[in-house]
Amino acid sequence: MSWIKYALKRLLMLIPVILCVTLILYTILSLAPNGLARQKLGQDASEEQIYALEEEMGLHDPIIVRYVKYMAGVCRLDFGVSWINSNNVLNEFAHRLPYTLLIAVLSVLFAVGVGVPLGIFSAIKQYSLFDYGSTFVAMLLFSMPAFWLGTMCQLLFCVTLGLLPVAGDKTWTCFILPPLILGANTLASMIRMSRTSMLDVIKQDYIRTARSKGAAEGAVILRHAMRNSLIPVITQVGICFAGAIGGAVVTESIFGINGVGMLLINAVKSRDVPIVMGTVIFVTIIVGVINLIVDLICAVIDPRIDLAS
Amino acid sequence: MAKRKKSLSEYSTGQLVLYRFSKNKLAMFGVVLLAAMALVILLGPLVVPEESVSMMHIPERFSAPGENGFLFGSDEFGRDLFARILYGGRISLFCSLAVIAIAFVVGAIIGGAAGFFGGKVDSVLMRFIDILMAVPSALLAMAIITALGNGVWKLVVALAIGQIARFARTVRASVLTLRNMEYVEAAKCYGSSSMRIILKHILPNGIGPIIVSATLTLGQTILSISSMGYLGLGVASPTPEWGTIISENKVNLQDFPHLGLIPGICICLTVMAVNFIGDGLRDAFDPRTKN
Repeated sequence: MSWIKYALKRLLMLIPVILCVTLILYTILSLAPNGLARQKLGQDASEEQIYALEEEMGLHDPIIVRYVKYMAGVCRLDFGVSWINSNNVLNEFAHRLPYTLLIAVLSVLFAVGVGVPLGIFSAIKQYSLFDYGSTFVAMLLFSMPAFWLGTMCQLLFCVTLGLLPVAGDKTWTCFILPPLILGANTLASMIRMSRTSMLDVIKQDYIRTARSKGAAEGAVILRHAMRNSLIPVITQVGICFAGAIGGAVVTESIFGINGVGMLLINAVKSRDVPIVMGTVIFVTIIVGVINLIVDLICAVIDPRIDLAS
Repeated sequence: MAKRKKSLSEYSTGQLVLYRFSKNKLAMFGVVLLAAMALVILLGPLVVPEESVSMMHIPERFSAPGENGFLFGSDEFGRDLFARILYGGRISLFCSLAVIAIAFVVGAIIGGAAGFFGGKVDSVLMRFIDILMAVPSALLAMAIITALGNGVWKLVVALAIGQIARFARTVRASVLTLRNMEYVEAAKCYGSSSMRIILKHILPNGIGPIIVSATLTLGQTILSISSMGYLGLGVASPTPEWGTIISENKVNLQDFPHLGLIPGICICLTVMAVNFIGDGLRDAFDPRTKN
């Protein structure tokens, strides 16, 4: 049961991280100029009205007071309300999270499901045409901006060929192209990672031992090589998931999906501090939990990893 | 006296790295491609005046590439796409270099101090780096832009902060392996200052992985800057930047796909060149990784 203890320890370690991240963000975000009250009330609002609204938003307190108040709210799961439309931050986030999680999970599944076999196969057939081809594709996808690939694919498949809906999030067909676009970059790093890792493992002594004891080639690859080569790849999956949630901002704005990314980009543009704060905190927690799960999976696959230390 | 062929051990590490790098065809291709790009971007302004970036030729709007004297065609306001890509490339490339430079300097100071002094300094600094790492860098950059507002330099700062952690870790790892080398001990014995040891002995020997990491990060930074430009953060239209050029032509792409294809290919080629160089450098510094 050491893993439960380990998981709890890791989750508890998230608390100081969140505290520091929020403190830093709060300090930076409080530098944002306070033209917001005027913007909200319109040009002909009187100075008193603006002052009153700013007072209500707590903009006149010292940063540390505001921070403590904010964190006290966070402990009660009250992340404040949007400065723009007064929606509750937590509700807003919870409504949009499923869309983002869906495309992020699909994109990582796509990248792992296609990338790992491709990478492993090109390592087995090193210097073959297939190897060169997949390495080239990986390099191409790695160098391509996601927003450009997305726009161009949208143009080709949705507008010109009319195969898929151009934008939106109402039918399941809307969720075919976005995960592929979001996963393209991850796919590239998966191919590269698993190829390098497999090449590394194939050269090891225990693979030669397995061959010399007469194991079939398939068994050598599947039972001995693959299991060992997957460990660095799985670690990478956690990092990729964090990247996918960040990348969702671009994908969602291209395909008009009303997810967390869309929420964030609109909040950043209108300088809606509570929404930005809330989103960053939530995403940090989600990414932290996913990294924890990834580490636990690694420990299951590789018994050499000792969680206790 | 006949010239004797030097044996491998007579070359310095730097010479060997350079030799291995020059033997790598893809890496050399990257160098040539990037050099050509940089040359066009640097010297282009001598041929194309800066006014043509925003000069509108309404009757000649949506020219195809080569038509009406526009090498890459013109956009919906009849602005020269070539000029916009040329001047946009300056922003994309210089900003990316600035991001890497800032992140490198700050990261090297933090990571170097952590690795060299160890103990309390190390644990405090590395906790700070862990915290920076906990937030996805795209989100961190956006949060910083929320606070600072739009602007080229603000974008550079926002993206640089997101990359500090990576450099700090790389530098710390390098310093940790070198700190206990005999020549560092020797330098300490004859009373060199910490600064001198770091600059003269540790930096030149540990620079390899740092350069590799910087090059590979440069490619991703070019992508980040243009993505931010596409989203309307940082560099905003009408200032040309490769991402903003694609974004401002978004609605016209269906009829005039070249308006999106050409800037996209520019980004792709540049990033690919940088990645080839990065891969080449990695193999050259550490031949064992070469498969």
